[in-house]
Amino acid sequence: MHRYIPNTESEKKLMMEQIGIQSIDELFSSIPEEIRHGDGSILPPGMSEQELIVHMRELAMKNISAYDLKCFLGAGTYDHFIPTAVGALTSRSEFYTAYTPYQAEISQGVLQAIFEYQTMVCELTGMEAANASMYDGVSATAEACAIALVTARKRNKIIVSASILPETREVIKTYMNGRDVVLLEIPFKDGETDYDALEKTLDDNTVAVCIQSPNFFGIIEDMDRVGEMIKDAGAAMIVNTDLLSLGILKPPSEAGADFVVGDAQPLGNPMAFGGPHLGFFATSGKYIRKMPGRIVGETVDTEGEKGYVLTLQTREQHIRREKATSNICSNHALNALASTIYMSLVGKEGIKEVALRCANNARYTREMLIKTGKFSDLFGKPFFKEFAVKADTDIKILNEDLHKLGYIGGFNLEKKFPWLEGGWLVAVTEKRTKVEIDDFTRLAGDAV
Amino acid sequence: MSKLIFEMSRPGRRAFELPETEIPQKSSAELFNSKSLRKSDARLPEVSELDVVRHFTELSNRNFGVDTGFYPLGSCTMKYNPKINEKVASFEGFTELHPHQPADSVQGALELMHDLETYLAEITGMDFISLQPSAGAQGEMAGLMVIKAYHDKRRDTARTKILCPDSAHGTNPASAAVAGFDIINVKSNDRGMVDVDELRKLSGEDTAGLMLTNPNTLGLFEKDILEIAEIIHDCGGLLYYDGANANAILGQTRPGDMGFDVVHLNLHKTFTTPHGGGGPGAGPIGVKERLHAFLPVPWIEKTGDKYEFNYDKPDSIGKVKSLYGNFLVLIRAYAYIRTMGKEGLKQVSENAVLNANYVLARLKDAYDVPFGDRCMHEFVISGEKQKEMGANTLGIAKRLLDYGYHPPTIYFPLIVKEAMMIEPTETESKETLDDFVDALLKINAEIEEDPEMVNTAPHTTVVRRLDEVHAARHPVLKYDFPE
Repeated sequence: MHRYIPNTESEKKLMMEQIGIQSIDELFSSIPEEIRHGDGSILPPGMSEQELIVHMRELAMKNISAYDLKCFLGAGTYDHFIPTAVGALTSRSEFYTAYTPYQAEISQGVLQAIFEYQTMVCELTGMEAANASMYDGVSATAEACAIALVTARKRNKIIVSASILPETREVIKTYMNGRDVVLLEIPFKDGETDYDALEKTLDDNTVAVCIQSPNFFGIIEDMDRVGEMIKDAGAAMIVNTDLLSLGILKPPSEAGADFVVGDAQPLGNPMAFGGPHLGFFATSGKYIRKMPGRIVGETVDTEGEKGYVLTLQTREQHIRREKATSNICSNHALNALASTIYMSLVGKEGIKEVALRCANNARYTREMLIKTGKFSDLFGKPFFKEFAVKADTDIKILNEDLHKLGYIGGFNLEKKFPWLEGGWLVAVTEKRTKVEIDDFTRLAGDAV
Repeated sequence: MSKLIFEMSRPGRRAFELPETEIPQKSSAELFNSKSLRKSDARLPEVSELDVVRHFTELSNRNFGVDTGFYPLGSCTMKYNPKINEKVASFEGFTELHPHQPADSVQGALELMHDLETYLAEITGMDFISLQPSAGAQGEMAGLMVIKAYHDKRRDTARTKILCPDSAHGTNPASAAVAGFDIINVKSNDRGMVDVDELRKLSGEDTAGLMLTNPNTLGLFEKDILEIAEIIHDCGGLLYYDGANANAILGQTRPGDMGFDVVHLNLHKTFTTPHGGGGPGAGPIGVKERLHAFLPVPWIEKTGDKYEFNYDKPDSIGKVKSLYGNFLVLIRAYAYIRTMGKEGLKQVSENAVLNANYVLARLKDAYDVPFGDRCMHEFVISGEKQKEMGANTLGIAKRLLDYGYHPPTIYFPLIVKEAMMIEPTETESKETLDDFVDALLKINAEIEEDPEMVNTAPHTTVVRRLDEVHAARHPVLKYDFPE
């Protein structure tokens, strides 16, 4: 018997006696004979733990990661430092082997951690409520569009700025497929939303406008202006943002955002080849009962003691079935726990310091690139930790060259925007040192 | 009650420090336009590292997981999460990969994903797999969009309805609605199975497909599955397999052989990736050849010895999530499949089904068994008899907490009154099962004596029964900071 299965032969016999069968196969007699699976499986034989670990190490060694290289790549996923205590605490198995905390009395740990997470997300975004997290920032944005759509009567137009992460646009498109909605895209101008075009497109049929700030190019958008236009049109404002930037930047709530969403991977979660990350989702008071996903609320027990439970569950699929506001079931609780621990560790001062260090590092990197004489500013707008430059070169080849020299270069903008030939989106986190930046920019200049 | 981390905050205390830098540092006022800056700080806590470590350790002590004790939670497959899977998923060669690195530098990751696709295709009997969906519900949505795209491509656009049994998980109709379908509920017959005559009446030219869990949520194998598949296919519809209960059939039969066209698997159930207190999971989908073109992009393709992503798939439904899937979860499932191998996976289903039948056999005299005394990997009992004696199913569930067990899934499926859905899994030993059965029998005896004691359970947990109605009526969703 396999080592993960404890039944011994004699126990199996006793159990079969209790059931009243001669062989285990009898228990599968309801499966029609013609679809019983024979022995034709191509699956390999099982491995011992010793063999497995060697095999997995071999696979891992076929990758060259940001552990070995210096990363200047972002485009939605960022190489931030993760304090050791984050992993030490999330790897407590009382957390990671737990089910969803429906049985509140034995799940106070996860529930309270999520309550703390919701509070932190509200603090940073300035919103009134946040859910317990979602799959990722991209799908959280799509869910916000969906909720805006079901709550808006008679309107059916959703406007998406082209300056948001291209993947967000793609996933919104997928999520809106099959719904009665007109999706419109507003182009960007000099790297930020074309505000005039947005103003012209907004009308009394507009459900919501979706923007990102800092946007895909790292640029801080004119949120006040956008907020005013949206308000005038009576539409909902969906803002995708980087929680880290909100350590120093103005919370989107102040521009009138109705939904603030994004990916909290930068706060305590590894890049992990794209997942699992986590989407955060915060909203103003009027949408609380429409929010998708799980939500934790405070309550009392029969003796008046404070405690936490999953709440407002009547929104959810397991109660409302086809009438639910979303089909989402799980949240990314463990990733949310990592972000909560991260935010606790960096704390009130640290979140500002990390954000500011990224901004300073990014400015220095940009300056040094321009100094080489091979790069010029692409948009010249205020940015947070990521910026776009332009070089007269094939960025794909530049990145391959840098890779050989020990660096992960920036995002090749031409991949998503063919007219931005030579466009290079460079992200710089607090992990990058002066030596690394000096070296990287010099090598990049030499390679062009 | 544990203090909230905010209540532990002391001005000036810290747990974090940046390294010194030679790069000139400017203040935020120098870097940004003042109208872009926040005026007051976000009130994150000011605590020491030890404060944080003690706080979250204390919270973990107030939490129950598979490593704490038995979780006979129906349809959730709370089996043991092997430690080696955690270790290999934490290798820097996996965790520190940026998703947009050049393909040459991520060949190990792509190979792993490619091989996992091959294994899952083999296990399900499907032709192609997409690892992208984050969870079962997202897999359902993606799978239903594939079905929609297939009909649309054939200009067969009148197919607007998805059939769902009334015993289905709530996500099934919810996902079908999200994908733009109308939902038709199919009643179960008195044996707990899809009523084939009813299905025949309900299906027709407007049927896009049928969603089915097999074994179903009552733990019964739909033995008319071949006839069901024929009915749906004959009317031009497709069959969707909800893989929530795949633990029962590993190596025994395959959805692809039953006639299903689309499948999703919950890697956090059948393939031992931890539930994480609510996620992350992973919900890959599999399809038959005729639906291949519609799978989400990117696809992982192998040319010679080289793997790469291909986005150029014009008929694809697009992307359902960022990037490529919950990669670290996929690693764990891959490691599990390699650990079990072909023989081991077959033993999984054999022992999961044996364990479930054993628990059922021991409980059937004390509790009502609405659908007979044989089951697959899980079964449903009813607490109606106990309710007549004065204690309801919720009370029984909460009383189990006092005995150190996570309760079964309760009040589901909706078609059984006072339902308790029990799934022991193959990783539990006979003595654990015996102890659990003894607890349920003891609770039954307690109800005869003192039902109120059961109704007011739990009595020994860190908090007593929590008022969920109060929480929903007066939502307090975040800490109220003192001024």
